[in-house]
Amino acid sequence: MFAAFANPARFMSLSAWLTPVLGAIAFILFAVGLPWALAYSPADYQQGETVRIMYVHVPAAWWALAIYAFMGGASLIYFVWRHALADVAARAAAPIGAVFAGLCLITGSLWGAPTWGTWWEWDGRLTSMLVLFVIYLGYMALRSAIEDEERSARLGAILCMVGLINLPIVHFSVVWWSTLHQPASIFRPGGSAIDPSMLGPLLTMAFAYLALFGALLLMNMRAAILRRRVEGARLRGAA
Amino acid sequence: MSAFWSTFKRDFALMWSAGGGVVAPLGFFLGAAALVPLAMGPAHDALAAAGPPLLWVAAAFAVLATIERLFQADLEDGSLDQMLLSSAPLELIVLAKGLALWCAIGAPIALAAAPVAIALQASPSLVPAIVVSVALGMGGFVGAGLTGAALTASVKRGSVLIALIVMPFFAPPIIFGSAVASSGFGAAFLLLAGCALAYLVLGTFAAAAALRLQAE
Repeated sequence: MFAAFANPARFMSLSAWLTPVLGAIAFILFAVGLPWALAYSPADYQQGETVRIMYVHVPAAWWALAIYAFMGGASLIYFVWRHALADVAARAAAPIGAVFAGLCLITGSLWGAPTWGTWWEWDGRLTSMLVLFVIYLGYMALRSAIEDEERSARLGAILCMVGLINLPIVHFSVVWWSTLHQPASIFRPGGSAIDPSMLGPLLTMAFAYLALFGALLLMNMRAAILRRRVEGARLRGAA
Repeated sequence: MSAFWSTFKRDFALMWSAGGGVVAPLGFFLGAAALVPLAMGPAHDALAAAGPPLLWVAAAFAVLATIERLFQADLEDGSLDQMLLSSAPLELIVLAKGLALWCAIGAPIALAAAPVAIALQASPSLVPAIVVSVALGMGGFVGAGLTGAALTASVKRGSVLIALIVMPFFAPPIIFGSAVASSGFGAAFLLLAGCALAYLVLGTFAAAAALRLQAE
């Protein structure tokens, strides 16, 4: 199935219509989700109105982790099968994942100040999430530092796969250690423990982030492929 | 095995003699550790609580300062091609380089950690645990550093890039090693030992995979 998408020309024609569709879906989901989350959902019985930060913070955290897993998978596919677009996808996803991770850290800090009484705490969840953010930065820095494209792709693939070890640490940090961050409420054995009136806006925001990631990823990938074509044309023109 | 020992002897001799030899990273470690009480103030209780763990940070920086040229020099002068051509597996040769790095830098810093820990007001009964844990931890740093150095071997002046790539992976040895500095041989020490050994093994394989790509 992946082999069908290894052809850049087929990818370009697919993404030509898919990108604006995903962008439109993202716009609609945010237009529905943001008012629902920020104004029309119930306040928490303990935290009051500050619980609304959850609807921005939690999807950003989920997708920061999932995007890194996506990058790891794409890196593996590139490293083993030399799938041409897998590497483009990994490199294109990195800045988006990094921004989501940074958003998670910043909104988490803003949420912790009124509710925990501290802007930051070096517990397992926050530390491992910060480590994830630094791993994203390291990956982007390594990819830009190596000029030769194929070498950059393969070395970046190794680095990305090495960093995958952090993902289970982030997820299970609230189980393994006594942390200030609350334990898992949704992705846990026994099913979700959150009230449906909050689950609705949360999932809407989660899908909105997903559609946004899809649209931005395809845009970045298209830009990368077009850049490669320009470079190729310039080299041929100079010959 | 002769490839292992000849690589070890070559690299150890290079590290011992070049660029200040063993004195430079040792001096770096002592200087960085001396900055800690200057920053924190000499109050005894605060220093006893936080000082010994901070020598771990100084040790980590000492490794970061010295690994940039580990594979870059071999890539530039063709030794890496010779290593790939030899009958010994590249992983073994990489391990020999890592062992040379540990002997030239890791072990001296582990020994120097004893007086430094005392100077940072660690309780003397914890000093043997600190020395052994720093020796293990430096092995872990070397393992992670091998991977970072192999990935950036072709990048000029890549020492800051190596630090950025490798620092997230330094976190577990530093967390567990600092716990040893306050609790001695115990659960934290066992976690540190497991972590360091895992880093050495996995780092060797990752570094060898990256080096094969560098030589192409």
